[in-house]
Amino acid sequence: MSALALAARDSRTMLRRNMRRWARYPAMTVQLIALPVIMLLMFAFVFGETLGAGLGGAAGDRGDYIEYLVPGILLMTVAAAIQGTAISVAMDMHEGIIARFRTMAISRGAVLTGHVIGSFLQTLVGLAIVFGVALLIGFRPDANMAEWVAAVGLLCLFAIALTWLAVAMGLQAKSVETASNTPTLLVLLPFLGSGFVPTDSMPAGLRWFAEYQPFSPVIETLRGLLLGTEIGNNGVLALGWTAVIGVLGYFWALKLFRRPPVR
Amino acid sequence: MTLDRPTAIAATGLRKSYGEQTVLDGIDISVPEGTVFSLLGPNGAGKTTTVQILSTLIEADGGSVRVAGHDLATDADGIRGAIGVTGQFSAVDNLLTGEENLLLMADLNHLDRREGRRRTAELLERFDLVDAAKKTPALYSGGMRRKLDLAMTLVGDPKVIFLDEPTTGLDPRTRRIMWDAIRGLVAGGVTIFLTTQYLEEADELADRIALLDHGKIVAEGTSDELKRLIPGGHIRLQFTDPAELDQAARTFAGSTRDDAALALQVPSDGDVDSLRAVLDHLDVASIEVASLTVHTPDLDDVFLALTGRPAESAADADDTQQKETVR
Repeated sequence: MSALALAARDSRTMLRRNMRRWARYPAMTVQLIALPVIMLLMFAFVFGETLGAGLGGAAGDRGDYIEYLVPGILLMTVAAAIQGTAISVAMDMHEGIIARFRTMAISRGAVLTGHVIGSFLQTLVGLAIVFGVALLIGFRPDANMAEWVAAVGLLCLFAIALTWLAVAMGLQAKSVETASNTPTLLVLLPFLGSGFVPTDSMPAGLRWFAEYQPFSPVIETLRGLLLGTEIGNNGVLALGWTAVIGVLGYFWALKLFRRPPVR
Repeated sequence: MTLDRPTAIAATGLRKSYGEQTVLDGIDISVPEGTVFSLLGPNGAGKTTTVQILSTLIEADGGSVRVAGHDLATDADGIRGAIGVTGQFSAVDNLLTGEENLLLMADLNHLDRREGRRRTAELLERFDLVDAAKKTPALYSGGMRRKLDLAMTLVGDPKVIFLDEPTTGLDPRTRRIMWDAIRGLVAGGVTIFLTTQYLEEADELADRIALLDHGKIVAEGTSDELKRLIPGGHIRLQFTDPAELDQAARTFAGSTRDDAALALQVPSDGDVDSLRAVLDHLDVASIEVASLTVHTPDLDDVFLALTGRPAESAADADDTQQKETVR
């Protein structure tokens, strides 16, 4: 078998292993998908009417707010899912089995690729569920075929980029308990951006951060693609951030993984 | 007997330090194929570091290594394909069942599906894990985990196996099972590199033993050779008649008498010549001896003599086990 075929086979094996682990320990997956669903329902039905009225348009109501809310919630879904990535990578690193993998003639990156592909699939499931709920409560995108493809593509790229970052965070973590600390901050980023309210309602300093942090351009781009709002330079910013996060996460993760084990 | 066999593990001048602390200070190791080599030493002597280097887990700061014909510097993957490692810390996936763990190893060893299943079934049988096959290791006892761990190592049919303290913390019965498994492997031509803090274990299993202390090999040889390195052996003569004891005590200068037990200890290095000399003296003096036993120093004595402190106490070993269970 060629090196590439071997790498693919080992990655598939690792992917199967991760799927089994999730099946055996579904609580985490359920919990991570439940968070964005709860946020969606809470913001739509508890705050929706008021926040909708505050959106600016004269006739802002709950329906308008749901439209506004969903892109941010989709990104929150991605951010929540990658907490699971960081946790399961950290669990792996603190179990002896990773040392066993390192002493076997298997493709070096397979452990990580298995995690990334597995997490990505998990994120897709999460996104599908959240999106389904959004449709049920009245989310009505008006995108055409090309816009749909672009929106799904951007979400996928952003998810893969964040997953590599989460893998690195999981590798960096000193313990399983602390592995989800840094990724948790990512879940908050939609709040500190244009996910829930327009950034021009924020005070100057926060507003500056909110407009330039990675989640906002992606949210704005999704909003534009799905609902026809102005995209402006957000599309370029979104792709730029995705590339930066993905490349940084990838090389950081590889560097940490090559580091010799602690004991 | 082992001299003309090809070398399975050869290391020269291995060095490793972590910052200021030197863990390995230039050690040489040579293990012929199909033999058991034991690295014996207290905690912190550098045993695990040695295994980690030889099994490609960490890089040495200096020295060269060849394992199963592959050079560590140029062909680490070649080594990985030929070895199996069962470490001090359990290397099983706790969320997969015993059977799934073994099948995972089969996949990673690139066995085809049918061969993987066959091998898995065979190993479950061999290590008496058939009933536990569908359970996750979380429900296993320490001994069962260790057996699964070793079974996972064997899936790939390794030619060289590194066992890092394989029986630390195990009960005597499971320890025997592990020992039998190790002997079975050697009989099948496998080379074993074993680290242990149990002198008895090295004594039982190893063809050659090296004593590692502070990153240096302080002695190496067969168990018997090591025991002969130090004094402390004696021949114990048992009498039924106090008069015979008196006479014997006069015959052997430097002997120690135990009047209550009617016994006499004559210093001896335990070899045949010294035994013959004692028997000759008894003959000449016509002394009647009820029984005679030869006491050679055990590895504990060797350890104490060479390192200046006793070998790991049982209490320490229990400590290690507890830590492992808690983790």
